Order: sequence, then structure tokens, then C-alpha cells
Amino acid sequence: MSDQQTSQAAAGGSATAPSRLREAAVAAAMYLGCIVVALFASALIVWATGGSWQAVFSALLDGSLRAPGRWGETIGIAIPLVVVALGTAINGRAGVVNIGQEGQVMMGTAFATYVGVRLGGPGPVVIVCLLIVGALAGAMWAGIASWLLYWRRVPEVLTTLLLITVASQATGYALKVDWLLLAPFRADRSVRNQVSEQLEADTRLPLIDIWGNDFPISAFAVVLMAVIVFLLFKRSVWGFRMRMLGRNARTAQRAGVSTVKYGTTAMLISGACAGLAGALMLSGGDFGNYRFTPGFANNIGWEGLLVALVARSHPVGIVVVAFSFAGLRAGSGFLAATGVEREISQVVLALLVLALLVPPAILFIRERRRALSATRDRT
Amino acid sequence: MGGFFTAIGDVVTNEVTYSGAMRFAALLAFAAIGETIAEKAGTLNISLEGMLLGGAFAGALGMHLTESVTVGLVFATVIGTVVASVQANMSHRLTANQFVVGLALNTLVLGIASFLNTSIQPVSKAAHRFKIPGVAEIPLIGDAFFNQPWPLYLVYPMIPAAWWLLYRTRWGLEVRAVGENPQSADVSGIDVNKRRRQSIYIAGLTSGLGGGYLVLGQIGRFEDAVVGGQGFIAIAAVIFGGWTMRGVIGGCLLFGTVNSFRLTLPTVGHELNSELLSAAPFVVTIVTVTFFAHRTREPRALAQPFVRGLT
Repeated sequence: MSDQQTSQAAAGGSATAPSRLREAAVAAAMYLGCIVVALFASALIVWATGGSWQAVFSALLDGSLRAPGRWGETIGIAIPLVVVALGTAINGRAGVVNIGQEGQVMMGTAFATYVGVRLGGPGPVVIVCLLIVGALAGAMWAGIASWLLYWRRVPEVLTTLLLITVASQATGYALKVDWLLLAPFRADRSVRNQVSEQLEADTRLPLIDIWGNDFPISAFAVVLMAVIVFLLFKRSVWGFRMRMLGRNARTAQRAGVSTVKYGTTAMLISGACAGLAGALMLSGGDFGNYRFTPGFANNIGWEGLLVALVARSHPVGIVVVAFSFAGLRAGSGFLAATGVEREISQVVLALLVLALLVPPAILFIRERRRALSATRDRT
Repeated sequence: MGGFFTAIGDVVTNEVTYSGAMRFAALLAFAAIGETIAEKAGTLNISLEGMLLGGAFAGALGMHLTESVTVGLVFATVIGTVVASVQANMSHRLTANQFVVGLALNTLVLGIASFLNTSIQPVSKAAHRFKIPGVAEIPLIGDAFFNQPWPLYLVYPMIPAAWWLLYRTRWGLEVRAVGENPQSADVSGIDVNKRRRQSIYIAGLTSGLGGGYLVLGQIGRFEDAVVGGQGFIAIAAVIFGGWTMRGVIGGCLLFGTVNSFRLTLPTVGHELNSELLSAAPFVVTIVTVTFFAHRTREPRALAQPFVRGLT
């Protein structure tokens, strides 16, 4: 979308278009204004129900950054968000829609749990295996949607959405039977319901400790992934073809880009990323304490999708947005002390997302108007 | 296998199954009717879940404030439309991505509803049953259709009304045109995004009412998990029904029955895999869309934004 906007601005002619610097300043002011409005609205809700908004914001900051050990937690939560969002960015660029990340995360985690618990052997080997299997499971789940898309023209929007519930029920069932995921009965645990065995200590991702903040080493791998995706988009023929397919499928087809081949690849990568995110959540320990349970995915798939959409599929933006979303999630744990319900963090998140949608939309509409008036002048 | 058939037999001959099925189906139908209109205009309205939840909470709140079911239902309709207005204006005035708006709205409504629920704690109770004399005596299904809490009956006139609106009015024709080919519709003078916004308002209206029915007609009180993904099942019902009113209602009845089976089977003393039954509507929908794709074609511009001069 951004390429279109710039090209239209160029077509609009230099006579009407204001300078680049001013454009950027206007955009920045708009973003800032919208974020302030969103925060103000959240504060208003807190105030109207008799809470103290200062306490809420300071608790959110404490819980995500300031309190000891908390930014490690935030990074731990941001990891799967970034991975899901990077996958989503790839299919978004290729013009294929995937909104079923939540289900793909669940499938990835379930298969990774099976491998992590059942596969004996040296720890590092098991970790690598469970990550690969998790990614494959996610790819398989997204693959169903892309197979139906190219075999029978079933819209992928619908199938990916519907497959979420199927995944959630399938993994829920797997957690009920002994030969799949359910942990064997042990005397020291009273409840034996829909919970998997815990990962052994040597099959967990190693944690890194910086000033009391510990987070799994996958954080570095994830940043590396973002860089790779960025370079793929910017510098590779493959990325160019993906973008061409997303921008105009017919032109891409004429230029020799196979819709089926590239579309399927994009979908499989997207699913693999979601599955990998699930496997990273399991082995990283910030979610569910190395155990798989029915509520394990905890909206990470949906939130990762939101990250990608808000960041407009830009890898750098994804890392930034994911970190802020993760901060809200981590910070909500500290809200109990303020007497305000933790759901307020959800409200803040949603309002921020809605607010962040407004500036690009307004800028886009302004560019359109300018371009249209420019063509009107010429004719 | 014999056990399976006795189980099915026991459930099929049980009146409670049908009453339960009808109550689930009615909720799905409230939401699905509006969603059909919205999807016919080209919006895959993910915020259906949020509209239902907003309506449910507003219904409980209205009842809490005035102790009247009618006022509760009015509140529900209003809040459903308010949620719809955000979706409509963000996605078809500002042309923001409709999925982002929908997802954010679902989160926002859930957050606000559960936040206000803990601080207000609205007290509400279910509406009384109203037995329509005569027809309610039909064996097996009479009770299901005609001996229900009265808000459920609102769904009956809505079905033909929505059909008439979509297929027998100029507005409906324009809505369908906008969902099939927005460029042509635009050229022939239809305000594409306006029609899309209006169709989303209708979706908000019916599903807000559906949320109100859920709390005031079926459950009696508001909880955070009260909707619990039924909005997505309603979307599945629309797809299953191939975007025709008859099919969509059939889908709602089918999914409602499956859900009712899941709850009735244990009470008549049988065990069946409940995960399988929960997933069944979705699998069936996918299979239907896959094999009857030539008969049930989705609106061609479904989920595609319209900006004049682009695409």
C-alpha cells in the first residue's frame, strides 16, 4: 500500500505536493495525536468506574519495564508475537490471507509437545526436533487451507478461520487421551485433567540473564529472522515476485510467477511461523510453565496477526509493535494491586490498535484526493 | 456401534433436544441474518462476536437499570449498532483493513464488557416463557418452536423481512451488486461504501438483539464467556448456507441441533466424543464449501476494500 501511495504522490506532481519533511512531520503528529486520544479514552474509562488512571499506567509500566526482571518477561512474550507476525507479513505481501494463526499455533504446540515429551535423546537434539516438528505442524494446518484454495477455489479467509476451532477441539481431545498428550497419573497431583507432561529440564531453551531479566535465547534468533525477512523483501528476486503477486496477480502470472507455487509457499511459511511460535512458547517457558494445556495459545495467534496488520507487514515495525503489545500483556499482571481489573489492558490494546489505523488511512485518502485532482487538472 | 445408534435414538426422541436446539439455533440465526446481509455487501464481518457480546452486556445492563426485558433488548440493539458503526466507518469510510478493525473490536468489547461487569455487576433474569396456544401441542417439536422465552419469537419475522430486504427491494439489489462487483456498482451510481456501511449497521442491529436474547431469553445473567465463539459459528453458518437465506437458516438449525446433541447426550446417559461434536459444524462447513463450491459461490468482492480508481 505504501508503494502505491508514494507513486501516486509522485504522479500528483510537485506543484501541489508539500515537501517531504512537512509530510513526515504531519504524519508523526497524527500518530502521536491518535495515540494520545486512545490513552485518554482508556484513562476516561478507568476514571468513570472510580479507578485511578495514574495508578493504572504506572502499574502497566512497572509490570512491563520498570520492576526488576520484568522486561525479560516482556521479551519472552514478544518472541512468539514477532514470529507469528513475520509469517503473516510474508503471506500479506503475497496477497494471500491467513487469519488462522491461532489454530496453527495450537497445532504447532501440540506436535512440539508430543515430540518434546516422547522423543528421548540428548537435549539439544530434542529441542531442534520439537521446533522443526512444530513448524511443520503449523505449515500442515495452513497447508490444508492453501490446498483447498488452489484445488477447489475455496476462499482461504474462510478455511483458515474455520480451522481454528477444529484445531482447538483436536488439541483438546489429544489432551484427554493417554497415548497422545495427557500426562500420566501421578500421586502428587490432584487434578489429572487436560494437561500434558512437563518438558524435561534439558529440553528447554536456555535462558539468558541480563541484570536479573531472564529470557530465552530464541530472542536473538527472532531478531535475526526479522532481518532476514526484511532482506528477502528488499533485496531478493523471490521477495520481489511475492510482492508482485500480492500487488497484481494477473501481471505476476504474465511475468512467469506461478500463483499456485508462490501462493502456496507463502501460506506454508506463514503457517510454519505460527507453528514455530507455538513451539517457542512451549520451550521458552513464559507460557504455561513448559506444559501444554487447552488455553495455552492464549490469543497469541490473534495478537500476532494484529501486530502484522498494525505494522503494515514491515519487519522493523513488527518488532516494535510486538514489543509494545507484549509490554501491555506483561504489565497487566501488575494491575491487581491497583484494584482495577486486568481487562483494562485489553481495552488499552484495542483502543491503541484502532487509533493506529486512523493516520495511515487519512494519509492514504489525502493522497488519493491529491492524485485525483491532479489528473483532473491534466484532462 | 449399537450403543451409538441407541444413543442417537434416545436423543432424537427426546423433546428437550429440540427445545435446546431451537434456542441455540435462534441465537445463531439472529447473528447470521445480519452477517448474511453484511457479507452480501462484501464485508467478512469478524466483529460479529463483539456485536453479540456488546448486545449481551447491554441487555443485562438495561434489565439491571429498569427491570424490563424490553428495555434490555432495546439497549442491546443500540449497543450492537454502536459496535457496528465503528466497524463500518473504520473499514468503509477510512478504508482500514476490516480484519484488524474486527479483531480490535472483539478485544475492545470483551475488555470493556468484562471490565464494566465486575464494577457494575448487573442483575438480570431470563424472560418468561410464552406458550403459543394450539400449535405448541404438536408432538416432539411443538414445544421447541412455540413454547420458548418470548424474545426468541423475534427471530421468526426477521427471517422473511431480511429476505425481502435483500431480494425484493432496490436497496437489496444495490447491496448485492456492491458485494459482487463494486467497480460496476460504482459506475452505475451506487455509493459502494455507503451501502456497505448500511449493511454492517443491520448486522449490528440483528446481532445486538441476538446478544440481548442470549442473556435475557436464554441464560438469564451476563458472564464474560457468555458468547464464547458463537459469533464465529454464525459466520460458519453463513458460509455453510452458501450466502442464501434458506441455506443460512438451515445451517443455524443444523449447528444448533449438533450443539444440543452435545449437551443432551450425557443427560440421557450416553458418552460421545464432545470435541468431535464441537468441531463437526466447522468440518462440515469446510467440506460443504469444498464440494459444493460451484453451487455456493461467495460474493465475489468478499473481504475486498473498495477505493475508487484503485483495482
